[in-house]
Amino acid sequence: MSDAVQRVSTPGVSDEVAIQIIGMHKWYGQFHVLKDINLTVRRGERIVVCGPSGSGKSTMIRCINRLEEHQQGQIIVDDIELTGNLKNIDAIRREVGMCFQHFNLFPHLTVLENCTLAPIWVRKVPKAQAEEIAMEFLNKVRIPEQAAKYPGQLSGGQQQRVAIARSLCMSPRIMLFDEPTSALDPEMIAEVLEVMVNLAETGMTMICVTHEMGFARKVADRVIFMDGGEIIEQNEPEEFFNNPQSERTQQFLSQILAH
Amino acid sequence: MSDITQSNAPGQHYPPGEHPDLPPPPGTVGAIGWLRNNLFSSIPNTILTLLAIYFLVVSIPPVLDWVYFEADFEGASRTDCTSAGACWALIDVRLKQYLFGLYPSDELWRVYVAGLVLALAVLPVLFDKIPFRKILLVNTLLLPITGFYLLSGTGSGPDAWLTTVETPQWGGLLLTLVIGVTGIVASLPIGVALALGRRSNMPVVRAMCVTFIEFVRGVPLITILFMSSVMVPLFLPEGVNFDKLLRCLIGVSLFSAAYMAEVIRGGLQAIPKGQYEAASAMGLSFWKMMYLIILPQALRIVIPGIVNTFIGLFKDTSLVLIIGLFDLLGIAKTVITDANWIGLSHESYAFVAVIYWVFCFGMSRYSIWLEAKLHTGHKR
Repeated sequence: MSDAVQRVSTPGVSDEVAIQIIGMHKWYGQFHVLKDINLTVRRGERIVVCGPSGSGKSTMIRCINRLEEHQQGQIIVDDIELTGNLKNIDAIRREVGMCFQHFNLFPHLTVLENCTLAPIWVRKVPKAQAEEIAMEFLNKVRIPEQAAKYPGQLSGGQQQRVAIARSLCMSPRIMLFDEPTSALDPEMIAEVLEVMVNLAETGMTMICVTHEMGFARKVADRVIFMDGGEIIEQNEPEEFFNNPQSERTQQFLSQILAH
Repeated sequence: MSDITQSNAPGQHYPPGEHPDLPPPPGTVGAIGWLRNNLFSSIPNTILTLLAIYFLVVSIPPVLDWVYFEADFEGASRTDCTSAGACWALIDVRLKQYLFGLYPSDELWRVYVAGLVLALAVLPVLFDKIPFRKILLVNTLLLPITGFYLLSGTGSGPDAWLTTVETPQWGGLLLTLVIGVTGIVASLPIGVALALGRRSNMPVVRAMCVTFIEFVRGVPLITILFMSSVMVPLFLPEGVNFDKLLRCLIGVSLFSAAYMAEVIRGGLQAIPKGQYEAASAMGLSFWKMMYLIILPQALRIVIPGIVNTFIGLFKDTSLVLIIGLFDLLGIAKTVITDANWIGLSHESYAFVAVIYWVFCFGMSRYSIWLEAKLHTGHKR
């Protein structure tokens, strides 16, 4: 259980940096939400971010693809720095896929159209090819038979798996997950996590904001604990769970592992 | 648990898990069930049902008598109408004026062709699965040009291919449709643009859109029509003639665009933030996001409001009478001032009311059909 994922470190690749956040601050008006965030994510690294609600973990990963704007510091994704420059933002968004807590599928489009929309309109992939790719990923998340349905006809777990497939259709190099299982029933959580584990095994760079500690133990290379807009602690999962350093982390872990 | 099983299957017991589907008790479904549930479910409901039946029995026969059984359908003037009912001879004799105003009789074929072109232009817009849709759409795009030249002509004099028919000669249903269709076609895109502008982050764009919408919504359509027909010429240089109908079209379009903008803004606000975020996260630009994701959903939500505005606009076209254009209602008023037909206001107004109703009801049914068609099972 603890070591289901074979972590292969290919020289030269694992050392490569996918995301670098340096001294990043963010305010909502007067409210200081993110304080001096420093984080380096290696290519292929799988990071789980946890922390109490309001700790800024979602805000942090939403800064990485500029759904939120940071006011100070640097965010560098794939050697591209995130600035107000729209070209940079577009370039980064093409490389970074994202899955949301509430899936955010497009309800007026079929599952297949959801998956082919961005490849066709952003990457200019021909329609037939985009559909082929989409079916491939729908196969990987094991719901190819739902391709012609509309999102409203699917269960939450199926919708989230479509959302993952939709992101993968853009062949992103980095995937962000913003509490992908928080809105799901327990049985659906399992099916979504399974897809995420499979994805992790392909070597995708992933940052997951989640409270699924089993998932963290199983696939994460590093677990980050945030509170009050700061990164309090980060460590390998074994160390993080068995030997948390800060009092705040211990408190948090005892709360979420208690039940 | 066993109580429930027993009450569901009177007199019959089944082992757990093997209970078959049984038909519902008699009298709860079908015609009798419907009557019992809807018309006679309680004493007040039964009284209301009986009152309604009484009212219908009393009121329908006189209406039918007036409209049909005791009506006159032929004649040359109202003195030929001798029976007690309606005098439809008026409509029969003056039908061309109701439909086309003072459009010259020799040129009426152009109106018929234009009507056909319009019908063919509307079809591919309303229905996406009709044959030859692409070709028909070309026709639709060309409609402003073909319609304009067909109706107003290419020039005067004997050489002209189509003799000019001045817009003051247009009238009746023709004029109503010209104003209504132009207003509908123009107000939707302008309304979308205004709605997007009002939600823009750019302060100048937003301020301009808000000012326009609030100004136009704040004044009556009649004021705008008056200003366009009386005041605009004052500001134009001497000798510049700006067709009155064209000014009226612009006025009507902008007026309904302001209403449309607010309807569409309502739809835009109903779209969850997550849709914008998902679209942005996938790298869609603002315009692609609007075109592919936001507007299709926003417009679908507000179809009832949009059609409501269209219907209001279609009937508001009757206000152009005030600036001297004789639309359908204007003709209805004018026809009964003729000494031969004087006083037949019931017939004249009833006739145009039916025409308005047919068009408005058509729009209403189409909107219901479209809503059902675009419903994709998502709950919101």
